[in-house]
Amino acid sequence: MHSTRYIVTFVIILTAVVALVLSLMATGLKPIHDRNEAIYNKKAIISAIETDLGMAVNDLSGEEIQSIFDEKIKQVVVDDEGNVLDGIQAEDVDMAKEKKKPVPERKFPIYVYDAPDGKIYIVSVRGSGLWDEIWGNIALEDDFNTVAGAAFDHKGETPGLGAEIKDNPNFADQFEGKKLYGEGGEFTSIAVVKNGASGVHQVDGISGATITGNGVEDMLELGIKYYEPYFEKIGKAN
Amino acid sequence: MAETAVQQPAIKEREPLFGPKEKRLITDPLNDNNPITVQVLGICSALAVTTLVYPSVVMAIAVVFVTAFSSLFTSLLRKSIPKQVRMIVQLVIIATLVTVVELTLKALNYEVYKQLSVFIGLIITNCIVMGRLEAFSMANKPWRSFLDGIGNGLGYGAILIIVALFRELLGKGTLFAGSPLAWKIIGPSAEFMLDTSSIGWLGWYQNNNLMVLSAAAMFVIGLLIWAHRSWNPKLVDVS
Repeated sequence: MHSTRYIVTFVIILTAVVALVLSLMATGLKPIHDRNEAIYNKKAIISAIETDLGMAVNDLSGEEIQSIFDEKIKQVVVDDEGNVLDGIQAEDVDMAKEKKKPVPERKFPIYVYDAPDGKIYIVSVRGSGLWDEIWGNIALEDDFNTVAGAAFDHKGETPGLGAEIKDNPNFADQFEGKKLYGEGGEFTSIAVVKNGASGVHQVDGISGATITGNGVEDMLELGIKYYEPYFEKIGKAN
Repeated sequence: MAETAVQQPAIKEREPLFGPKEKRLITDPLNDNNPITVQVLGICSALAVTTLVYPSVVMAIAVVFVTAFSSLFTSLLRKSIPKQVRMIVQLVIIATLVTVVELTLKALNYEVYKQLSVFIGLIITNCIVMGRLEAFSMANKPWRSFLDGIGNGLGYGAILIIVALFRELLGKGTLFAGSPLAWKIIGPSAEFMLDTSSIGWLGWYQNNNLMVLSAAAMFVIGLLIWAHRSWNPKLVDVS
């Protein structure tokens, strides 16, 4: 049997050594972690304009993603009344935190991609899936009506079912060319339906993932509306 | 663990670095003493991460690292660890190594880190790791403990990958999805990623959604245990 003093000394020394090793490692790797996270987020954003970029975003290296972002994408942050907020970059807006604030205090990031045939506006939306949060980036053409592309991600949807919104590119690809507004100009959004989507306001859901599909539908309907005031403002200016 | 209890010969011979005994430390957990199919340890993570092969491979590597080095460090410290707090000390060692794995993976491959999310952290609670420390490392020399750790990590990893092969193939029709080696093996190829190599056998095959749920892993592991015992009659209980 060891004495109490020995036990306490042993545990204190062990903990100190472990704490030192781990904190050194965490601080040392922090720049790489931050860089990886930033690139991961940027990749999710430019995935929405994959067709317009004409390249497979998944095959791009970190540097390539960064350079596309630096050279071709402008960042705008707006509030729910469509006013542009200065002094903040869109990439610094944390959608998860914004969602918890009351609507008038929220910031909404927009990424503007200068395509040869007009600008493309990428907006971020966030909602709930079956288990946890889901989010997406929706690219809109400069009529603010036609969807140019979409990319989704999730925190904890079931792999093979709800997680297909991210893993199966065919789900997101369906959104390309869909319209947000009806013929009378009313906001219709895009519905995720069970088998047999037709028209410009519907896409096919994933079988076995009805609740995640409904989550995507609600997220689009609620999320894109916050950007309407801004689009109306710059729409008038055009 | 019968052989570890055998008395050391009075005249101490120099132990070989990798003799037959050491070899058994690696091969035993792969077959006769497999952590999953024989000892039925570490089932929780085996159910959770085995939907896809690629994350399972990463998980297997992470577990081999943790079992090997936690065994090594515990064995190095075995004589000075106070018996009253040995479990806590073992946990500190395991948790440290798991955090090291997590930080490294986050720096090396952020996407897989995101995919495995909580499961890397849950290696801490994997019964295999602590089981080996208690049963082996606390009573054996560092080198042998290290090998025992590698063996058990591999035994666990092998089953993980086998289960994942079945689940991904039958549940999604793919193999290695999410990695640069992604293949579409069975089922209609048109509805899969365009940038993927595709074989597209059995075009009529509909993905079995049950296979991607955790329940299917239970069935697959159950069938594996059955197959393992039929193939290796030594494992069948005499009673």
